[in-house]
Amino acid sequence: MPILEIKNLIKKYHTKNVIDNISISVDSGKIIGLLGPNGSGKTTLIKLLAGLLTATSGDISIDGKKIGIETKAIVSFLPDRPYFANWMKVHYVLAFFSDFYRDFDMKKAMEMLELLNIGVNDRIKTMSKGTKEKLNLILVMSRDAKLYLLDEPIGGVDPAARDYILKTIISNYSEDSSVIITTHHIADVEKILDDVIFLNNGKIELNSAVEDLREKREKSVDEIFRENYKC
Amino acid sequence: MDWEIKSDRPVYLQLVEKIQFDVVSGVYKPGGNIPSVRELAAQVGVNPNTMQKALVELEKKGLLYAKGTSGRFVTDDTKLIQEIREDIAGENARIYLENVENLGYSFDEAVKLLKKAMEDK
Repeated sequence: MPILEIKNLIKKYHTKNVIDNISISVDSGKIIGLLGPNGSGKTTLIKLLAGLLTATSGDISIDGKKIGIETKAIVSFLPDRPYFANWMKVHYVLAFFSDFYRDFDMKKAMEMLELLNIGVNDRIKTMSKGTKEKLNLILVMSRDAKLYLLDEPIGGVDPAARDYILKTIISNYSEDSSVIITTHHIADVEKILDDVIFLNNGKIELNSAVEDLREKREKSVDEIFRENYKC
Repeated sequence: MDWEIKSDRPVYLQLVEKIQFDVVSGVYKPGGNIPSVRELAAQVGVNPNTMQKALVELEKKGLLYAKGTSGRFVTDDTKLIQEIREDIAGENARIYLENVENLGYSFDEAVKLLKKAMEDK
C-alpha cells in the first residue's frame, strides 16, 4: 500500500489554483524530491500534507488515513524556517518534542546532538543558522514517522553541514516510511533521491525515477531542471 | 575512501564499478564482510535503494554473496576476483592505447611513453 496517495488535489487562493489538480502516489521506503521554481506550489503542497492548510477539493490519504489528528501523529514535518524561540534551550525543545510526539526517540536525538557537540543547555539564541537547522532536522528525524516532509532542509548551511544533513536523512528513515524533500539545491540532493517530481504553476510537469532520467537523458536532474525552467 | 559519483549517469552503475574496483584492489578482502546497505549509502551519500541495486548486481556477478541476516561478504573465489581484475586492467590499457593513437602515436611509441611514465613516477 502506498504511504501517500493524492488524488485530484486543488488548492485555491482567491481565484488562483496554487495547486492545480495533482495526483501523486508514493510507496514506502522512498525518498522523493519535490522540485520547482519559486512560487510553483511546493511549500503549499507540503503544508497541505502536514495538515496546516486545507484543500479546496480532492483527496489526500497518508497510510490510509485522511488528513487530521491521526496523520499528524505519523507525519514528521520540517518547515522551511526554524521555529523555536530564541530564549529556548535544547533540553526544553527536546522535552517539547517528547511531550508532543509519541514516536519521538529521545535516545536517538541525544546521540545525534552529542556527535555534533550540541549541549542540552545550549540556547537557541547563541546558535548559528547551520546549527539551528541541524538541531531542527535531528528532532524531525528522531521521530519514528511514516512520512517525513522536509521543506528545504539544507537552505542556509555550508557544504559540510549539507553532507551531514543528507547522511542523517539516509540513516534515519526506515523502510516502511517515506521522505519528501523540497529544495533548490538540486545538485546536492539528487544522489539521495529515488524519484523526482517537478512542480510548476501548481501542476506536475515530470514524475520519474531519477536513475531512469540519468539513463534516458544522460543528464543530471540539476541540468534537466535548469533547461526546463530557464529564465 | 574517495567516491566520486557523478549525477549525469546512472548512479548504480558507478557504485558497481567502484565496489568492484575496491574488491579487486584489495580494499575489501576475499571472504571479508561489506558494510550494510544503509551504512554504505550514508557513507557515500547516495540513495539506499540505489546502493541495494548495486550490491544485488554484484551478487549476480558472484563477486558478493549474502549470508542470511549477517550481511554481505566478498566471494572467496580468488580466481573470479583475478579475472575481473584483469578485465578492468585490460579495459584501462585499451583506453590508454586509444587515447595515444588518437594523438597520432604508434604502438611502439605508446609503449615507450608508458616506460617513460614509469621512470618519471
